Amino acid sequence: MSTNAQTKTEARTMTGAEIVLQALKDNGVEVIFGYPGGAVLPLYDAIFQQNAIRHILVRHEQAAVHAAEGYARSTGKVGVVLVTSGPGATNAVTGLVDALMDSIPVICLTGQVPTHLIGNDAFQEADTTGITRPATKHNYLVKDITKLAGTVHEAFYVAKSGRPGPVVIDLPKDILIGKGPYTEAPQTEHRSYRPQTEPDPAQIKAAVALLKGAKRPVLYSGGGVINAGPEASRLLTEFVRATGMPCTNTLMGLGAFPASDPHFLGMLGMHGTYEANLAMHGCDVMLNIGARFDDRVTGRLNAFSPNSKKIHADIDPSSINKNVKVDVSIVGDAGAVLRALLECWQADAQPQDRTALAEWWRQIDAWRATNCLQYRQASSIIKPQHAVKRLYEITREMGRDTFITTEVGQHQMWAAQYFGFEKPNRWMTSGGLGTMGYGLPAAMGVQIAHPDALVIDIAGEASILMNIQEMGTLAQYRLPVKIFILNNEYMGMVRQWQELLHGSRYSESYSAALPDFVKLAESFHARGLRVTRAEDLDAGIREMLAIPGPVIADIAVAKDENCFPMIPSGAAHNEMILGAGQSGGVAGVTDEGKVLV
Amino acid sequence: MGVDQRRHPPSRLKNDPMSDPSYRNATIAVLVENEAGILARVVGLFSGRGYNIESLTVAPVDEARRLSRITIVTSGTDMVIEQIKAQLDRLVPVHKVSDLTLEGPHLARELMLIKVVGKGENRMEALRLADAFRARVVDATTESLVFEMTGAGDKLDAFIELMRPIGLAEVTRTGVVAIARGPRSLSGI
Repeated sequence: MSTNAQTKTEARTMTGAEIVLQALKDNGVEVIFGYPGGAVLPLYDAIFQQNAIRHILVRHEQAAVHAAEGYARSTGKVGVVLVTSGPGATNAVTGLVDALMDSIPVICLTGQVPTHLIGNDAFQEADTTGITRPATKHNYLVKDITKLAGTVHEAFYVAKSGRPGPVVIDLPKDILIGKGPYTEAPQTEHRSYRPQTEPDPAQIKAAVALLKGAKRPVLYSGGGVINAGPEASRLLTEFVRATGMPCTNTLMGLGAFPASDPHFLGMLGMHGTYEANLAMHGCDVMLNIGARFDDRVTGRLNAFSPNSKKIHADIDPSSINKNVKVDVSIVGDAGAVLRALLECWQADAQPQDRTALAEWWRQIDAWRATNCLQYRQASSIIKPQHAVKRLYEITREMGRDTFITTEVGQHQMWAAQYFGFEKPNRWMTSGGLGTMGYGLPAAMGVQIAHPDALVIDIAGEASILMNIQEMGTLAQYRLPVKIFILNNEYMGMVRQWQELLHGSRYSESYSAALPDFVKLAESFHARGLRVTRAEDLDAGIREMLAIPGPVIADIAVAKDENCFPMIPSGAAHNEMILGAGQSGGVAGVTDEGKVLV
Repeated sequence: MGVDQRRHPPSRLKNDPMSDPSYRNATIAVLVENEAGILARVVGLFSGRGYNIESLTVAPVDEARRLSRITIVTSGTDMVIEQIKAQLDRLVPVHKVSDLTLEGPHLARELMLIKVVGKGENRMEALRLADAFRARVVDATTESLVFEMTGAGDKLDAFIELMRPIGLAEVTRTGVVAIARGPRSLSGI
């Protein structure tokens, strides 16, 4: 190190709290979501004395992580969370696992008791790195202030590189108060973590050879394409149009391919469309980009797409050959893979079997003709599907940039089925972990990142109560989030499974003693409205959208509606139930299937 | 750890993993950052995902570069062992993962200390067998012996079985350390 650099370093001696804030700034952070407490008071004191980073005060630490996830998913940036030690950290764990399962880049700064008290069962002490080890992509406990700045820089690198994920930095209070040197982010490569982003050209060639020879190809893409940035979604669209292949998206991948494009088959999986699932079942070549053959997608594994050659591109080698053995594996960033595939496709001289492809599309169109998402809106009782469909149509007419978050359950699946997404980063839902209470805080994070956009949390009356305290955050920061509750007075998905698999014994799934959501909204300085009749639905939606501030729209929907199509647990793609009228019940569900979640 | 869980394979519907023809043992060497919590990460990965650990050893191997080497003996189908390697490799402080069983011939050794208590003919028999097995006497009293022995696991097993009727009192083993034969090297990073 030169004398010059040394002088510079010495000049940059700061407190630990200042080092953390400086490192956040240097990593482009503008907003953090947090909740104060004893162990992080030095950081809050430093936050008070600066204006570069805005702090959003949530009402519960779990919500801070979901808000950071919403921020990250709608911007492609890293979301940042700040919580205190002990209960602050343990409350954040659900959000961390949610971000881990959905590969969302989040940095969570947790306070910790001073280093000399660690291990003494001090007040508000928890073994945060121990608890969060399986809940994060990686975590750190900083015990040496000279390593503090470097650790924060490394945490950002780890959170966003390769397959993104949450990273915890545990910060003992004496480290935050002590003084130490500030160091810039290193220009050198990480010592051990260097994920492969560029695909192997030989594998790309092998994939294109299979695709060119395919008679019944299908492309199935997931959250990896969204995580790879908007350019990856553009390349996906270009590739599908160049090849003429049908394209289906996972729950996590919605928006990567425009829903209005005729090549789009809709979502696949347990509540996916008939045409998407049958195309997966009947294809001869499957190209999976940035999805992980999740059990919600594959159905019964030994009956999954039995006659296809499978190509899997993923940035995480551990996702490949985990559930489904594939024929061609490509490790790389989804955008880089799509670019390479597109170039190789265009350069490859082998002709495509256009006749077979046209025949395949005729088959797919016949499956489409079953119109698997049809429902009958015949009476005054609002069908939940209709409520989502009208919400979609009315917001589309308005032409505003619209972001949708959801909670978890039936309403989430209806939102995925009936709300069409044209662009990536507009759809935020808890896919892997299935966290009820995700949607409202996630919507806060989205609205913070996009103050002028329309942000709607499509919710259920049960899920929304899991983080309802965040109404306070909406009020404090005047966040005009619209909460659109499909209120069927049941934990609908639980009720549906009880009806189909447990002899209609509705054990504990009725939402008893619900609040008056209109008054609840008003008590949190928001507006509330309730719609109970189908003929008032459009007016209710328009009223909700016209209100400039936060709104809860409580939409009373049919109580016993089930979410279809459905692949019952333990069944295969070609054994899906289309709907109440068309199904022969679920007599086919075996005890083995019942074991599955 | 150290417990052979093959007798209790993780419950999978229908398919018993041990009946899969690709079910095998694997000796995996992992080069890691020598830092706090790394062993917990590796062990937690195995317990969290239901993989077997038959033995695990760890020690620093390069102080200057802060590197430790972990040797894990595990078992599973080819697909599971591929998963284990990929899961290990994506841990941030992991430098390199090598499946010694798959990648070619390798040496695997264990160190054992074994205590035999007895007098008279039993004691003489223990010493004779130890000589045949090239075990060294590292502690002796008039009624006890402690042998030190290195070798492949089955050799150690055989010695333990021979000592059992003679007066076997206590055994401690390190678990397997292993290295590839020939010029191939894991630490050339």
